[in-house]
Order: sequence, then C-alpha cells, then structure tokens
Amino acid sequence: MSDLARSQNQETFVLNLGPQHPATHGVLRVKLTMDGEYIAEAEPVLGYVHRMHEKMGENRTWAQFMPNTARLDYLGALSYNHGYVKIVEQAMGIEVPERAEYLRVITVELNRIASHLLWFGAFVLDLGGFTPLLYAFDDREHILDLLESVTGARLTFCYFRFGGLYNDIDDDFITGSRAFIKRLRKRMPEYHDLVTKNVILITRLKDIGILPAEMCRKYGATGPVLRGSGVNYDVRKNEPYSVYPELDFDVPVYSECDSMARYMVRMDEMEQSMRIIEQALDKLPAGPIMPEKVPRMLKPEPGDYYSAVEAPRGTFGVRVVSDGTNKAYRLKLRSPTFSNLSLFGEASQGMLLADALALMGSLDLVIPEIDR
Amino acid sequence: MTFLPEPLRLLAFVVGIIAFVALNAAYLVWLERKVAGHIQRRIGPKEVGPFGLLQPLADGLKLMSKQLLVPKGIDPYLFKVAPLLVLVPAVMSFVTIPFSENLVARNIDIGLLMIFAFASVNVMGLLLGGWGSANKYAVISAARCVSQNVAYEIPMLITVITMIMVSHTMNLNEIVMQQDGNLLDWYIFRLSASPLMPVAFLIFFTCSLAETNRAPFDLGEAESELIAGYHTEYSGMGFGVFFMGEYANIIIGCSLTTILFLGGWQSPLNMAADGWLAILGDGWWWFLAKVYFLIFCVMWIRWTYPRTTLWGLLNLSWKYLIPISLVNLLVTGAMIKLWPLMKTFLMGAS
Amino acid sequence: MIADLKSEFAPLAPVAIIETDYQVKGYHLDVEVGAGQVVAVAELLDRRGFFLESITGVDWLGKTPIANQVEAAGEPAAVADSEADAQDGAAEKSAEQMEVVYDYNHTGGELCRVVVRCRLERVKPEIPTICQLIPGANWHERETHDFFGIKFLGHPDLSPLLLPEDADFHPLLKDFKV
Repeated sequence: MSDLARSQNQETFVLNLGPQHPATHGVLRVKLTMDGEYIAEAEPVLGYVHRMHEKMGENRTWAQFMPNTARLDYLGALSYNHGYVKIVEQAMGIEVPERAEYLRVITVELNRIASHLLWFGAFVLDLGGFTPLLYAFDDREHILDLLESVTGARLTFCYFRFGGLYNDIDDDFITGSRAFIKRLRKRMPEYHDLVTKNVILITRLKDIGILPAEMCRKYGATGPVLRGSGVNYDVRKNEPYSVYPELDFDVPVYSECDSMARYMVRMDEMEQSMRIIEQALDKLPAGPIMPEKVPRMLKPEPGDYYSAVEAPRGTFGVRVVSDGTNKAYRLKLRSPTFSNLSLFGEASQGMLLADALALMGSLDLVIPEIDR
Repeated sequence: MTFLPEPLRLLAFVVGIIAFVALNAAYLVWLERKVAGHIQRRIGPKEVGPFGLLQPLADGLKLMSKQLLVPKGIDPYLFKVAPLLVLVPAVMSFVTIPFSENLVARNIDIGLLMIFAFASVNVMGLLLGGWGSANKYAVISAARCVSQNVAYEIPMLITVITMIMVSHTMNLNEIVMQQDGNLLDWYIFRLSASPLMPVAFLIFFTCSLAETNRAPFDLGEAESELIAGYHTEYSGMGFGVFFMGEYANIIIGCSLTTILFLGGWQSPLNMAADGWLAILGDGWWWFLAKVYFLIFCVMWIRWTYPRTTLWGLLNLSWKYLIPISLVNLLVTGAMIKLWPLMKTFLMGAS
Repeated sequence: MIADLKSEFAPLAPVAIIETDYQVKGYHLDVEVGAGQVVAVAELLDRRGFFLESITGVDWLGKTPIANQVEAAGEPAAVADSEADAQDGAAEKSAEQMEVVYDYNHTGGELCRVVVRCRLERVKPEIPTICQLIPGANWHERETHDFFGIKFLGHPDLSPLLLPEDADFHPLLKDFKV
C-alpha cells in the first residue's frame, strides 16, 4: 500500500471500477483503494481486450495485417493505417504520389475531428451533462457518411495501401467536406458557449488533475496530454511526414496542466484540423493515387525500422524488424494511450473519485488500443 | 365536496391523491423522456401508443414482471423499508396541498411544518437503502446524499421562515389566499415584503432541486461514477418505487414553490367571470399549470447542465445560499417593521 | 546533438554506437550496450531530457540478430546464419539470443531518436530494470516480460499486464506453441 494509505491510519476499502462501468470507455478495470471519497491508491488492470496483434503481425504478410491496424484504435483508425503503411514505404523506399498524400491528410484529419467529437461527447457525459453527446454524434454522422462513401467503412477503415490509396474520391466528397466544415464552424461557437463556458464544467475541470510536464516526460505521455502541460510536441510539426510541411496550421499548447487545458487543446485541434482540410482541398492535385510499380511481394531489407505519426491520442509508433521475407519478424505497436494511462496511478493519489474520473476522461482512453 | 360525511370525504381525497401521485409518477417519466429527447435533437418514445403515451404502462408492466432480486448479505428490514420511506412521506404530504380553494384534503394550520417534517424522512430512505444494500457504491452514494440533503435543508428552511414571517401563517391555503389579486400580488413580486423576494424564490427552487437529488445535484445517483448510487441493488418494482418516490418529491417541491411564491391556484388576472371565461379565474387548473411549468424547468435544467463536484455542491450551499438566505431573513424582518413607516412617509409625501 | 551524445556515451563503453540514416530507419542513433550499462544509459538520456517511448523485445532463436553496421560497410547485415566471418563486431554467432530494445525520443530542440539495444541469453534472460529512474518503464517492462519472459531485476511487480493473471506462457517467443 502506498504511504498515503498507510499514513491515514483509517479503514480503507477497495473499490473496483470494474471492467463494466459507464465511465471507463471500454473494458478497463481500475482497482481503487479508497479512503472515504479520496483515492489512496489506483491500479489499472489491463488485458480484458488483449488480442495479441503483435503475434498476428508475425504470422501475416504485410498486406494481410492492414485490417488489424484499424482494430487497434477504432476511433482514429486512419492514423493507424497511416503509421503502418508509412513504415513499410519508408523501409522499401516506395514513393507515394502527391494526390494520394493529400487525400491521406484530408481523410486522417476528418478522422481526427470525428475522434475528438466523440471524446467531447463522452467526456461531458462522464461529468453528468447528457446532451452534448448527441449533438457531437450528429456532427460525427456527417463525417462518417463522407468517409463511408470513399472508404466503404464507417469505423474500422482499411483505406490506405502501400504506396497510396485504394479508392479515389469524387466531387461529392469535396463538396460534402466543405459543407461539413462550414457546418462545424457554426457549431463550435455553440459548443463553446454552452459547454466550455458553463460554470459547473469549469469548476469541475479547472485545476483538476494536474499533470506537470516533468511527470508527462517521465511516463512518456504524448499528444494532447503533453500539449496540455505546456510542451509543444506534435509529430506533424516536429517530425514532419506526408504533406504536412506544406500546410499551414498551428499546434495548440496550453500550459495550465489541468483537465481544462487538455480539453481546450482538443477543441482547438478540431479547429486546426478544419484549417488543414480546407488547405488540402484547395491544393489537391490531380494525378494517380497509386505509384505505377508497387512490388507484389513486399520484402523490406532486413533490419529494424521505426516510424511515428500523430494519432488523435498521441504518438503512434511502429517498430518493425524485418528479416527480408514477406512477413514481419517482429512488429511492435507503440500505443499512445498505454503510456498516457500509466501515469494515472501516480496522478490520482489523494484525489476525489469524481475528480479522478474527470482526469481519466481527459486522458481520452480507448482500451483496445492499450491492450492491443 | 361537503356533501360527503367527513371520514368518507377524507378517504375519497386520499384515494384521489394516491391516484394523482401514481399517474404523475408514471407520466412524468414519459414527459421527462420526451423533454430529454427534444432537447437532444431526437424524439423520445414514440412506438408504444400515439406519441409514446402508453410507454409508462409498458414500463410498469416490465418492472412488475421482473424478479425481485434480494442480494445476499443485505440487512433485510432496511433493504425492504427504504423505498417506502421515500415514497410514503411524499404521498402523505399531499394531504395539505391546496389544489384550489376547496380542494384540500385536510387544511391543517401547521401544514407547512408538516410537509417539511415529512420531507426530512426522505433522506432516511436514501440512507437506509444505500447502507442496507451491502454494496460499496451504494454506501458512498448514501453518504453523499446525507451531506447534500443536510446542507440544502438549511437555506430552504430559512427561506420558509422568511415566508412565514411575511404571511403570519403556516396554513397553505391561507398563504395562497393572501396572494389574491393579479400577477403582481404573488409573493415573488411582493417587493414590499422584501426586496429580495425573487432571490428567495431562486434559493428555494435550487434547494428543492438539491433535496430531490436532481441534476445538477445528482451526485447521489451519478450514473457515470457510481452506476446507480443508492438504488444499484434494487430491481424490478423496488427500483420502481424509488423512482416513483423521486417524482412524487419533485411534485411536492414544485407545488410548495408554487404555493409560496407563485400564487398557488390564483390566476394572474384579477377577474371573476362566468361561463366559459371562468377558466381565466382562480382554480385548480392554474395550480396544475404552474406546477407543471416548474417541473418542465426542472427537467430542462437536468438535461442542460453537467454535474457539480461534491465540494462545489457543498460550497454552494454553505458559502452562498445560507448567507444569502440569512441576509434575506434580516432584510425581511427589517421591511416588516419599516414598511408601514415607509408607506406613510411615501403617502404623506405624494 | 548527435555528436554530443556520441561523446557522452563513449565513457560508458557501449558495444557499438552507430549513426543511422533517419530517412530510411526512422531513428538517428543506435547504441548497443551490455546488460550492466542499461541503467547508466537510461540515466544519461533522462538527464539530457529524453523520454522513453517504448521498450520491447525481439526473439532471435538461433538466428543471427540483424544489426546495423557501421556505415563503412555500406550494406546492412544479411540474415543468414552462415556469414559470421563477413561481419565484424555486431553479430556474434552465439547460440540463442534475445534482444531488448529501448526507444528514446526528444521533445525539445533538435529531433533526435535514440535506440538502445541489449543482447541477452535466451535461456535465462535477465536485465536490470530502469523503472526507478523512469516510471514509465514500469508497464513497458511488464509487457515485455509477458510476451518474452525477460526478467527485469529489481522491478517491483512483474505480474502479467496484458495476459491473464495466471498466465505462465510467453506468446511472442518464436517457439511458442499454441
């Protein structure tokens, strides 16, 4: 037991925020040792959705593993697609046509907005505000319809291919995206008026769940969690890939380190994603979406490679050890939420249960991604 | 109603009240779901019956047909008594509520005091239900409910004392009759009694939200934290009774607010008319209209605001509502003494 | 940055330090150390402001581990287990090996990714833990233990993280039979 628990010298009891719980989005179990309403110790227990994707990566060819990437983080599936195709293209030196790169960026950013909208609804739901969820889902429906018309899936996209994409877009997609951005631009001020400026929400989020930048560094937290603590690190800017260098966008960084900061980072990120999509739509060149010659059997040079992309939840890293065959020798998926959740044990000590749940919501957890 | 001998009249009223409460508990659920639906850009129940009006019947049948699970390790008496302690006092409180000038079961002279006496039993029900459930979540919820209820009873009672000082009576029907006249005679606008009357109304309304554990003060039942709080372990009709009790308490709270501040069964227009225009005169329809308007506001608030934290909740009561209601009490006391003087001064001056 | 790091690593006498081609490999520096130096390297990088991105293992099971060569050789190592004489330094032809790979990254200033590797015997793989320095390593080490059976000496709690509590198998071993 931790020092806090021992020093209290009172009766503590163990409360199980069980695998089935409305607030632990997914199947996460947290063993809480409670001292009244305060948490003496919190220990997340994982593994309820563990499917051993990494072993599957070793038993499937490179192309056969593509659908698995979508099942990791089903809310931001396109970023995971991107991380995976990027490393193979990097290892084999495959050139991606420019049109494909732009389309990749557009779809990934649409996916990011969809993921953040769902996080927004679910987070406020955790705090007791039942209504914004439905408005967020309404907006999300438009994105999912757009993406469905192009990729054929609403949630678990398997759209990217090594070297490009498998399907090109049509004009309906472009007009639909622009219409959607206009609609969301009108909606965001409503969200800010009704939710962000709500006195009750501000009391629940301000100065709750402080995660200092040093703690984030020690635990390897990335993404909005890190940017809410004042560290300006976004893979799209610091380690540019695809066509992000040619697009003009800001990286929102807030230095208060509390749940409100992380909330604002994600809200602003939605705005920035809209900017990216608009610019990409304007600059979209004509051309092919797959290179002319892609080897049928992908056999990267032996060696190990690493690649990272900015998923909605943080840095999604892929480490691949290739032995020159058509299957990976070792495929490691570095999930951002895994590292983000690992700091929950230390950060939640001494907090009220309600505040700890606000902290957990602001970490934006998707359990299948943690468990892989 | 005077043509029935006394015991029969009372019995008729009690039966009527139970029917009223039961019908309301059932159809307020329907109203809540419709209101929630429309606020959330969807429709709400629409399948069962026209506009989903038979939904409560379906829900009632469902609840009654469920197995009454009694978990192991519970305290048998407390577990079974708790839901009743929530429902019965609310039903009993209806005995003194005047639906109109003559529609009162028992016009008790200390009616206001009686209602608050019964309302305090409500929190016992939550506490016993939570404790007797042998479930850690329920115990946490019960503890939260007790601290919340105690904190919010105080400003509520201080405000009620203020109203009693103004009206010189605890008889609910007489309080309503003192608001005879038009809209501006209602106590909420009676600034001569106290310039802080509208504030008193808001305090009372907020406290009644907190007393009935409605959002944004529903920490006791915080769905996303404690599953279902004090009624986690209740299934079937046990849960149904808790539910009915909650809605009955909401009706009591809104009825009291209406009687004390919004003129009860008084019409906002000062007229006595005959024929079909009588509808604009005083009557029970005005009472129901006002009560349902307040209930709609209660639901509206629930679906708009997130939940407060425990500290925010308690701070609101101890640091804000209690001082303001005490100030109101002092100001009212001062006005009672000073108003006659001020009136003669103003009359003399004009 | 990279040159500085190379000079700071030198006193720790790692087995190999190789600068790699970032465009292809995705990292800048590849440092191979023995099991005893892992903690010192972690402490050095932590002091320099790096954060730990991931820890993982690779099971070589009798194959020669593929490693980066110093750039002079010009070609990456081949996989075959018969060209031992053609390689210098990096790949010993020892019977069975496992590898623990640490990925470090830097958030401020110049981008710099450092990969730290350590070769272990496959039979009884043990390596000191770095979680007292870098708390984030706690869960990564537990996961690596789950999948490979690598024991991290000094780790407070090596119980299974992703596998069931009573699991005594290690799925990512190459000779794991379902």
